[in-house]
This record gives sequence, C-alpha cells and structure tokens, in this order.
Amino acid sequence: MKKVFGRPESLTDVPFTYCPGCHHGTAHRLVAEVLDEFGIREKTIGICPVGCSVFAYLFFNCDVICAAHGRAPAIATGIKRSKPDSIVFTYQGDGDLASIGTAEIVHAANRGENITVIFINNAIYGMTGGQMAPTTLVGQVTQTSPYGRDPKTMGYPIKMSEMLSTIKGATYISRVALTKPAYIVKAKKAIKKAFQVQLDGKGFSMVEILSTCPTNWGLSPVEASKWLEENMIPYYPLGEFRTPEEVA
Amino acid sequence: MGEKILMKGNEAIGEAAIRAGCRFYFGYPITPQSEITAYMAKRLLKMKDAAFVQAESEIAAINMVYGAIATGVRAMTSSSGPGISLKQEGISYIACSELPCVIVNIQRGGPGLGSIQPAQGDYFQATKGGGHGDYHLIVFAPSSVQELVDLTMDAFDLADKYRNPAMILGDGLLGQMMEAVEFKERPKVNLPDKSGWTLTGCKGRKHRYIVPFDLDPRVLEKLNKVLDEKYKRIKEKEVRYEAVNIENADLVIVAYGTVARIVKTVINNAKKEGINIGLIRPITLFPFPEKIIAETASKINKFLVVEMSLGQMIEDVKLAVSGKAEVNFYGRTGGVIPSPVEILEEVKKYL
Ligand SMILES: Cc1ncc(C[n+]2csc(CCOP(=O)(O)OP(=O)(O)O)c2C)c(N)n1
Ligand code: SF4
Ligand SMILES: [Mg+2]
Repeated sequence: MKKVFGRPESLTDVPFTYCPGCHHGTAHRLVAEVLDEFGIREKTIGICPVGCSVFAYLFFNCDVICAAHGRAPAIATGIKRSKPDSIVFTYQGDGDLASIGTAEIVHAANRGENITVIFINNAIYGMTGGQMAPTTLVGQVTQTSPYGRDPKTMGYPIKMSEMLSTIKGATYISRVALTKPAYIVKAKKAIKKAFQVQLDGKGFSMVEILSTCPTNWGLSPVEASKWLEENMIPYYPLGEFRTPEEVA
Repeated sequence: MGEKILMKGNEAIGEAAIRAGCRFYFGYPITPQSEITAYMAKRLLKMKDAAFVQAESEIAAINMVYGAIATGVRAMTSSSGPGISLKQEGISYIACSELPCVIVNIQRGGPGLGSIQPAQGDYFQATKGGGHGDYHLIVFAPSSVQELVDLTMDAFDLADKYRNPAMILGDGLLGQMMEAVEFKERPKVNLPDKSGWTLTGCKGRKHRYIVPFDLDPRVLEKLNKVLDEKYKRIKEKEVRYEAVNIENADLVIVAYGTVARIVKTVINNAKKEGINIGLIRPITLFPFPEKIIAETASKINKFLVVEMSLGQMIEDVKLAVSGKAEVNFYGRTGGVIPSPVEILEEVKKYL
C-alpha cells in the first residue's frame, strides 16, 4: 500500500474504515502524531475497546491489545504495572467508558494509574447501530430512546470529565472537540499534555473528545458537525478540568 | 529447601505462586479464599518488579491479569464462586488470545451467594469452559495442602507450555486447613520462549496485536480448530490421576479434592469390615482421566461417584464408563461435607 502523504509513522498504511465524517479517524491521527512527536511509538502499547474503534489495532502502528467492552483501563493497569517503562493508552467510546466500564475508569483514575485515556464521546452507541449512550443528550432520539431521551426514566447525560476531575488521583482531564481547525489544534495540545503527564510519571490523564457519528445521528457529515457544536458543546463545555499544576 | 513447614492452604498457594515466579497478582476479597489475596499483598508489595492490586471487582482483576500476561509475565488471580462467575468473560478472552495465566477457585456453596462452606458445585463451570464459546482451561484438583503447592507450580508451567489459562479448583476446606508442606526443588522445565507474541512495544520489529475476535467466520473457525488441536494434545499428554486399590475392588469410588481425602478414610474403615473399595482420584479434571476409568469399567462392575454437588463430575465418569458398568452417585451440597460413615453406608447399598 502506498504511503499517504503526511501520514504519521504511528499510523499504519491501512486506510480507515470509519464512515465519512466520523471523528474516530481524526482522533486516531492526533494520537498518532503525538506518539510520533514524542518518539514513543516503539514503546507504546494501546488498548482498543469494543465499539467502532475495535479495529484501531489495524490503524495504530504500535503494539495493541483489544479489551473486552469497558475493561480497557483494567487491562492498561495490568500492562503498565508489569511493564512500567511502556507508554500505555486506552481508546474508548462512551458506551465503553461511561456505561459498562464505569467502575474500571473510576478506579483506574482513583489509583492514579499512570496511563492515558482517549475517550470518544459521540453521544451514541455507534457499533451496535445507534442505541442510547449514557452521554446521549436529553431529547435525543436513538434506537432505544425512540421518543427522545427522557431524563425521568433514562437519567441525564453523564459528564465523565467533570465527574472524574473530582478524583484526586486524576492528574489531567480535558474535553476537546474536532469540528474546526482551531479546536483540532487545541485537541492535539490536550492529547500531548496527557501523554506528557504519563511520561513524567504523574498519573492518570484523560482527554474526552466530543465526536460525530453521522451514520447513527442520521445526519450528513456537515450537519453532524453543526449538531455537535450546537447541542453537545453547550452541555459538555470544552476545556481543562484538571491539570498537573493544580494537582502539584 | 527440603524442610516441612506448617501452612494454611490458601497461603501455601500464594507462596507456591511466588516461588513459581509469579510477581503479579490482581484480586478481590471473597471468603473462603481471602488469605490468598492478603498473602500476595504482604509479599508482592515488598518485592521489586512486582505488583499487587486489589482490584475494584473480579471483572477488573481478570482483565488486569489479561494486560499483565500480554507483556509476558506470570500473573495470577484467585476468587470463589460469585467472583469466578464475574471473571468468565475475561477468561474466555484470555483463552481466545491463547495467553497463559493461573486462576484459583476456592469453591464455596452455591448457587447465588450460597454459603462460605466448602463445595464442588463449580465443576461444570471449570471443566466445560465456564464462559462463552468453545474453550477449555487446564484444571487441577488438589487434595492436600502439599498438592495445592505442587499443582499451583505445575499450573504455571503448563499454562506457559500450552499458552492456555490454567485453574486450581480447590474448595474452602483445602484453603482453610493447615498442613505441613515442603517447597521441593523442582527440575528445570523447558518452556517455550514468549518473545514471539508478547506486547512489549514494537522496537525493532513490526507492530503486533492481540485481538480475541475475527468477524470472518472462516477465520474464527480456524482459530477454534487451533484451540481444539491444543486441547487434544493436552488430553493426550497431561492427564493425571491417583488410583488406590482398584484391582479386585468390590466397588470403585471416583472422587476429587476434599472428597477424595475422605474416601481414603472410607477405604480403611471398609477394609475392617471386609469390604474392598477402590478409588480413582482425578488430579486433572480437564483433561479428565477417562482412560483409566474406562479400563477399570471393563474389570469392575460398580462405581460410585461422590461429590460435594448434586452430580457434575458423574457425567464425565458415565461418558468414560460408557455403559460398561453401573455408575451410582452420592452427593452433599450447599457446603455440607459428606462424612466417612455416610459414604460407607452408601457403598453398602450397592454391594
Ligand atoms: C459485554 C458486552 N456487551 C455488549 C456488547 C455489544 N457492544 C459492542 S460495541 C457496543 C457499544 C459501543 O458504543 P461506544 O462504546 O459508544 O463506541 P462507538 O461505537 O460509539 O465508538 C456494545 C453495546 C459487547 N461487545 N460486549
Ligand atoms: S457508526 Fe458512527 S462512530 Fe461508527 S464509524 Fe460510523 S460514524 Fe463513526
Ligand atoms: Mg459511542
């Protein structure tokens, strides 16, 4: 396969299989660029989730293990504890991290595991065809909230970054978006900071990336970006919730 | 080396694991195995290049094991009934990924929360896979504290040899009892090099991945067949059992673990009454010692299977006997331990 121009070394030559307009690809690329810039690809072990990014092992040009749904932070713990000189990151969706894997993420943060978490919040279960996620917005129609998410019986969308930032062991927590170049620049900075925290041995870091799922939102890529900006960002404010300075 | 020390079963398992080179333990407290977790904490937290983590759940614990063994180290988790149930998804992933580890189940009464007394109701779960999909663990059934030690060490070796999770299937009685044990000098075994599959960072090689799935049914079928071939090799090479007094026995009892200990007392008591009882004690439950049972069935026409369950191993005994002899059953369950007297009474019914 021909090398695509400017493709980071930390990505393989395998073309992404994500839907058009899906942010998983952009998120992969940013992580890969950061691995390249730190020169840590060869000592990095990634953990991909069950979700649309279950195929991330094909795309990341580093060692990768595929976790059971939600369990990536536990696997990351086992890897980092047995091989402390490696750089360990998990890549998880919102169903994975904020629903079935809530215990694992909370306790990895609480133990201050020296790992980096990339959290893709697309407000839906992408892989299984568009069911409600814990992050699905109030009123949002999904396969399992066909009349819109009703907080009376389905609860309110969970804010993981805010929640995890109350945990002392969490060193760096930030929420970013990818809908415009300025956001992408910030997102990359955040991912870089997160890996820096790990490189410095300072503990748990997470970047929540607000992402599109045009396919299951039933929108075009352009409409999806617009929907994210108009609906997700107001509820899920961007920014840093916890930084190493604050912790120190 | 060589000297005998008095140890509680659960602690002996921990010590054996450490002597087998296990430096990574992940677990969650549950009776009657909590001493293993505490022992590993006491030892590993003071060791270099080692880790002990009290996980947030058994689910997390088995997945921590999954991560650790992917880097090539020896790792272990232990639990009992409800906790072992929670680990099943992870165990299935580990079996699918062909990674070696040791899982200890110190059985208690079930189902549900059950009791904290010894039982053998997890036989099906341990030997037939336990989680989803076609897979097997290598399952050891120790019957003394010494065997807890020896078989824990063997479990690490065989797990590495076959790249397969291995289970120590004990019970609350074995875990809690004190016995003199010896940590014997073990002959060096040649185990396969792990460097061809471990995840250590891709320096100097292509990136590599461990993925316990394939969406192409043909590819997944192939993987299943690879596993099946492995299980066949294990069945050929790794069967272990103890046979006591089976030549000319009036009746042969098949029992494992704690029950087999009791049956040995029954054998002696019966002799005094002129009754000749034999015992076949499976030491590996998977692979199951079906050959010796089949051979015995062509010479002896009465079997009695005794279990601390309502009858689980008996299914494997019946398969092995294959209609050539009568197979009877006696079981106590819920945490009740059968006494030598009641077992002998039961034997007499069939003579
Ligand atoms: C134990 C278990 N339960 C359910 C599933 C089915 N499942 C696969 S992916 C998924 C949700 C994925 O959604 P998310 O984590 O948000 O990732 P996305 O696809 O949106 O990126 C579910 C429920 C599974 N694989 N394992
Ligand atoms: S279904 Fe959604 S999350 Fe999955 S690849 Fe398509 S757009 Fe992306
Ligand atoms: Mg999602």
